[in-house]
Amino acid sequence: MLEIALKGSKRYWIWVIILLAAMAAGLGAYIDQFNHGLTITGMSRDVSWGFYIANFTFLVGVAAGGVMVAIPYYLHDYEKFHKITILGEFLAVASLVMCLLFIMVDLGQPVRVFNVLLHPTLHSMLFWDMCVLNGYLFLNIVIGWKVLEAERNQVAPPKWVTPLIYLSIPFAIGIHTVTAYLYCGLPGRGYWLSAILAPRFLASAFAAGPACLILLCYIIKKLTKFDPGWEAMQTLTKIICYALIINVFFFFCEVFKTYYSNIPEDKSHFNYLFFGLQGHNDMVPWMWTAYIFMFLGIILLIVPALRRNKTLLPFTCTIVIIGVWIDKSLGMITGGFIPSPLDQITQYTPTGEELLVSLGVFATGLLVLTILYKIATTVKEEVRG
Amino acid sequence: MKKSRRNFLKVAGISALGIGAIPALKAVAVAESQSAPHAIEMKRKDALIAKRWGMVIDTRKLTDEIADEIVKTCRYAHNIPDFHNKPDRKKYPNLKPVKFNQEIKWIWEEKYEHAFPDKENEFLAEKFRKLTFLVTCNQCKYPPCVQACPTQATFKRPDGIVMIDFHRCIGCRFCMAACPFGSRSFNFRDPRPFIEKIDPDYPTRTRGVVEKCDFCAERLAKGKLPACAEVSKGAIIVGDLDDPDSEIRKLINANFTIRRKQELGTDPSVYYIM
Amino acid sequence: MNKNAIITGLVVFIIAALLPFWINLGGTEAAPKPEISARAKAAGRCILDKYDMRADHMKLLGEWRNSVVRHSNRLYKTADGKIFTMSLSTGVQSCLGCHEGKAKFCDKCHNYAAVTPYCWECHTDPKEINQ
Repeated sequence: MLEIALKGSKRYWIWVIILLAAMAAGLGAYIDQFNHGLTITGMSRDVSWGFYIANFTFLVGVAAGGVMVAIPYYLHDYEKFHKITILGEFLAVASLVMCLLFIMVDLGQPVRVFNVLLHPTLHSMLFWDMCVLNGYLFLNIVIGWKVLEAERNQVAPPKWVTPLIYLSIPFAIGIHTVTAYLYCGLPGRGYWLSAILAPRFLASAFAAGPACLILLCYIIKKLTKFDPGWEAMQTLTKIICYALIINVFFFFCEVFKTYYSNIPEDKSHFNYLFFGLQGHNDMVPWMWTAYIFMFLGIILLIVPALRRNKTLLPFTCTIVIIGVWIDKSLGMITGGFIPSPLDQITQYTPTGEELLVSLGVFATGLLVLTILYKIATTVKEEVRG
Repeated sequence: MKKSRRNFLKVAGISALGIGAIPALKAVAVAESQSAPHAIEMKRKDALIAKRWGMVIDTRKLTDEIADEIVKTCRYAHNIPDFHNKPDRKKYPNLKPVKFNQEIKWIWEEKYEHAFPDKENEFLAEKFRKLTFLVTCNQCKYPPCVQACPTQATFKRPDGIVMIDFHRCIGCRFCMAACPFGSRSFNFRDPRPFIEKIDPDYPTRTRGVVEKCDFCAERLAKGKLPACAEVSKGAIIVGDLDDPDSEIRKLINANFTIRRKQELGTDPSVYYIM
Repeated sequence: MNKNAIITGLVVFIIAALLPFWINLGGTEAAPKPEISARAKAAGRCILDKYDMRADHMKLLGEWRNSVVRHSNRLYKTADGKIFTMSLSTGVQSCLGCHEGKAKFCDKCHNYAAVTPYCWECHTDPKEINQ
């Protein structure tokens, strides 16, 4: 089926070439990083994780969000999602590819990455993260491919795909829970040491993932003859709405616990993020924007007339994605590391090269997504035509 | 025709996998066995042994000069780079600009409010506000960094020292996020241009690995005290916390000591006499 | 896909794959001869005999590393009673303490085989530290 991706319009090839150029730029910056070390990034001794891991965290959420189309369709026979499920699975594949790439570019000694396999460490959450991420990637590739292939050949998919589908659903919850467990088990980082970090991650994932999917549906509808279905998209908006409400509610729970109990160490992280500490206030405008966007997103999604507005919906989805992205990526990272365990503040700003490498990774993911979506939509068009 | 060709390919693929697995398995098996049979690996007779290594920092004996000397000695003994040094431009052309917030430090000086941020005290005696404290890796009994490391590159030795195997570290920096004391540093760049004088008795590190105080394990193995303890003029005492007759236990018994963030339960092995 | 394109592609591939061999045709280089220092000659035998050392020195160093770093052992006693310090470069009883100078010893074979082990990014050669 891969050969389908080789036949496309001029517009398609121009987009592919743009992505390849971005990937090349990212590769160039990465080679510099490989030779000189991570000193070219904005990370420091105090803020030892930065833009790479921040985006990794957000993208794991987008990958997990794919389960929100899988559960209704596969477990509860919600037929409206019939056309959109493959798009969710392939979005998960592309997101996971980006997640794994972000981890690779973040490593100080990437050549030694197989040490994680050679010396499995069951008490380390990073080991389990590697297991579940790769497992879910494998599952989604196999399931998506097999189901699509079967549809193309107008037969039922092979029987062994069904247990894999059922397995992929707890795996989806699993990937984001394990990623949250990376953060919330560390005793020295008060901002992350919260029981509701995993639920918060899942809620924001179920908001951002489907929002990305809706935007992609709009693009597909415009560029191909494949129509994922307005009703399916409307169901997704309801999912996003409730997930977003839960996410913001969880945030308020954290705020209440922090400020009502008045514990200085807990407050210091929130104060840094939302009000600035000792004159350091780089994150303040970002955090307020994130939550204003999320509030606005809730309003635009909860009012039925606004939710059903075809021209407003992409705007709503965009601000939801931006809001969740800020909160979950750099908001999470800088909030955890600043102030440091010695109550000192070192702010973090990604450097240009860091952004270039990240652009390269995003472009790689988008290329994977483009190829997979080209195959999926072409097959679906073929079958209907 | 189609069916049998497909079957043939399937069988060929599986047998190739099977045949290919044998040498792979053999290689792994051989790697575990010893290369020289009947060889014994042992400690030196003069090595210092303890069941649980610990350190007491006596702040009554610590002055600014002694603290500076300790930091300098540790830096030299372990080839820790100092980004204030000017690198040799002929030997190292094309260096990236220095970022001081990417510094590496194993033991360093802090004031009370940063060494003990959990013990805030509005009415703290002036004496303690002005005191110089030394902070370093606490060699915890239940180290969260060891729990976090995905390759066991950082691990706890049976004698209590938390070590790093620099060959295995993949530079993921999860241990740095896990440490509640901020004791770990990452080599964001090659440290060699910034090492003033290389001590031949200890390797340098390379870019991309995490490092921290290793309690001078290499000196203990040769019967010497850690470098910081040696030049501390009695301000740093090192010993066996599990031996009730050791000097360090007697000190802890005779004086009131505090530890950093002990409420987190990592059980630090570095005690401060106030 | 016409026949000409396939054959051209095949030819290009074969040339590219065999390039390393063709480029190096004609020249011969003598087998590498690492310099055995006076101290090493006096000692007579290394930890293992010559051919085992050549084949297995990385495995031995890996074992040594685990023993030193993880089990805090520093001495290695061979079957014939000789004691070595398990160290690449520190002290007189280490590898480089006896085989003085990596340029004269290690590099001879490594350069011939075109391998660049990254040991030296961390481990220092006592002879090269001239600061």
